[in-house]
Amino acid sequence: MSSTQTVSPPGAPPTKTGPSLVGRVLTTPTVGPLIFLVLAIAFFSIKSSAFLTGGNLSLIVQQVMVVGTLAIGQTLIILTAGIDLSNGAVMALGQIVIAKLAVDSGLNPILAILLGLAATTAFGLANGSLVTGLRLPPFIVTLGTLNIAFALTHIYSNDQSITVSSSTLTFFGKTFPLGGTDVTYGSVFMIALYVLAWYVLKYTASGRHVYAVGNNPEAARLTGINTRKLLLTVYATAGLIYGIASLLSIARTNVGDPNAGQTDNLDSITAVVLGGTSLFGGRGSVIGTLIGALIVGVIRSGLQIVGVESIYQVLITGILVILAVALDQLSRRRTA
Amino acid sequence: MSQRIRSSRRALPGWRCAAAFIAVALLVAGCGGSSGGGTGTTSGGGKQVAVGLITKTDTNPFFVKMKEGAQKAAKANGAKLLTAAGKFDGDNAGQVTALENMVAAGAKGILITPSDTKAIVPSIAKARAKGVLVIALDTPTDPQSAVDALFATNNFKAGVLIGQYTKAVEAGKPLKIATLDLAPGISVGILRHNGFISGLGAGTADEKTTSLVNPASVVCSNDTQGDQAKGQTAMENCLKKAPDINVVYTINEPAALGAYTALKAAGKDKDVLIVSVDGGCTGVKAVQDGKIAATSQQYPLKMASQGVDAVVKFAKDGTKASGYTDTGVTLITAKPASGVDSKDVAFGLANCWG
Repeated sequence: MSSTQTVSPPGAPPTKTGPSLVGRVLTTPTVGPLIFLVLAIAFFSIKSSAFLTGGNLSLIVQQVMVVGTLAIGQTLIILTAGIDLSNGAVMALGQIVIAKLAVDSGLNPILAILLGLAATTAFGLANGSLVTGLRLPPFIVTLGTLNIAFALTHIYSNDQSITVSSSTLTFFGKTFPLGGTDVTYGSVFMIALYVLAWYVLKYTASGRHVYAVGNNPEAARLTGINTRKLLLTVYATAGLIYGIASLLSIARTNVGDPNAGQTDNLDSITAVVLGGTSLFGGRGSVIGTLIGALIVGVIRSGLQIVGVESIYQVLITGILVILAVALDQLSRRRTA
Repeated sequence: MSQRIRSSRRALPGWRCAAAFIAVALLVAGCGGSSGGGTGTTSGGGKQVAVGLITKTDTNPFFVKMKEGAQKAAKANGAKLLTAAGKFDGDNAGQVTALENMVAAGAKGILITPSDTKAIVPSIAKARAKGVLVIALDTPTDPQSAVDALFATNNFKAGVLIGQYTKAVEAGKPLKIATLDLAPGISVGILRHNGFISGLGAGTADEKTTSLVNPASVVCSNDTQGDQAKGQTAMENCLKKAPDINVVYTINEPAALGAYTALKAAGKDKDVLIVSVDGGCTGVKAVQDGKIAATSQQYPLKMASQGVDAVVKFAKDGTKASGYTDTGVTLITAKPASGVDSKDVAFGLANCWG
């Protein structure tokens, strides 16, 4: 019955021939956020000459590096109509595992990183197992694992941050010159992860299955997709990505911080929503998420440079989120 | 069934979306425009000195007072003040981001109350390497030498004052003390606690002691995170352990008020002497009402205004502030004890914050 319809990923440009190329570009969900990002950059560049410099733009990307990476995992999960409240806490746990093992226990840094990634992936897998196995709502499951990861982080670290000086652990915070600007390896790595996620979601069978499951799990199952296995893979992959975010965070601040990431769950959801991905699943783009994360970073940096208190960034972000979700709902009702 | 056919849905309408986002852009413009005009006091001069102030949070009255002091000093000096705060107490990443943005904005100096005294150190080093003067306010970094200078209350002395007061008031009586402390390993909490013990003459401790000193007269010690509700719970638990407690030392006034609530519920509020540190307006009023016997008042406004002055001086002639500057502490009580210097509630209210 509906099998042929549901497999086509609605997040991709519409397959039906639109009115024109221009029309088709404009109906891509990432266009609105992209236009806004460009306008925001233009606005702050006019307001202050300190804004549009290579150094500052590089800094903005560095500043969204951790939330931006967490938001890749969040996008995957939201595309399946799930949500992950635990990602910031899992990222903090990953940081503490890596820093504790490498600094306090003197383990080989590479081995410490691998064990940190294993810990965050295990949390992703646990989230996925509870969602698929016990059929618990992702919101509740990840609310639980949020608290578990938070507590483990504080117990294991004894509430103390751990200063990290190992050049292996801080590699992603190091810079290389690019056209006169210092760019961190971590920024490049985050963007590479986005490109990889975009490619997988758009051009591989499993990527398209993610959209299908988010759109209509029952129909996806009837077309022969192993939805259970797919969801497990999505949650575990997200966990692995959170581990990478742990490493990026250590590299950025040179510290394993038990208090890190406490608002990153909501910040990553914000980036996803601002990027035009639907919280109801099945529709959206990971590149939109990158734009969403950058919008927050640009407003934060811009307002600071112009001399406006940072609390206004929070105010504006709140308005933008409601706007983005309202637009999603409107377009949904219109086409229902 | 009709709901299940979703593939006919179109993607987000781009035009509509773009139009709405542009509307918000205009809002940003309006907001930025008005505030930008408001902060620039010497609009003509281009050479206005920019000073950054990063507090732990936006909400604590202590930091609100600090910001007020910085704003006044900035205005008096014709400097531009940039402010930012973490989203919660302990938000190191938020402070790092603010620090970077202020350096990018061209701040000559940055005043910071570090949320995590150790974790912020590498980021401070990066800012200083770019020639920015960094001054810690209220809370020393770990190590203290990570910043150019520290403007803060002498927390050990703050503890000594209430210890001496307790000793004078309770002269000769056998003491059963409860201490409602901050949290493990936080220097402010250790300094105030040990200062109290030292002022009381109950134990030997100095400013270099890195752990809580608890002589036999301390019958109960609990952490409160400086929170009123936690202070109440801690006091309730202490009363179960030792019902005959007659002195309560508290890390700050919210914890003291929590302790008072617990003591009142147990019918013991008249028999117990509560001492505290901070000097917030709520705390001083509690001294006036007899809930708290004495408190050591500190001066956040002074820390910030002296900090701004130091940055402006650095911008003008390159003189860097250095070392530790004590911004002062005063014992406030409604019932002075002989031999212990103190000021009355009227003085406390005139100089309180919050």
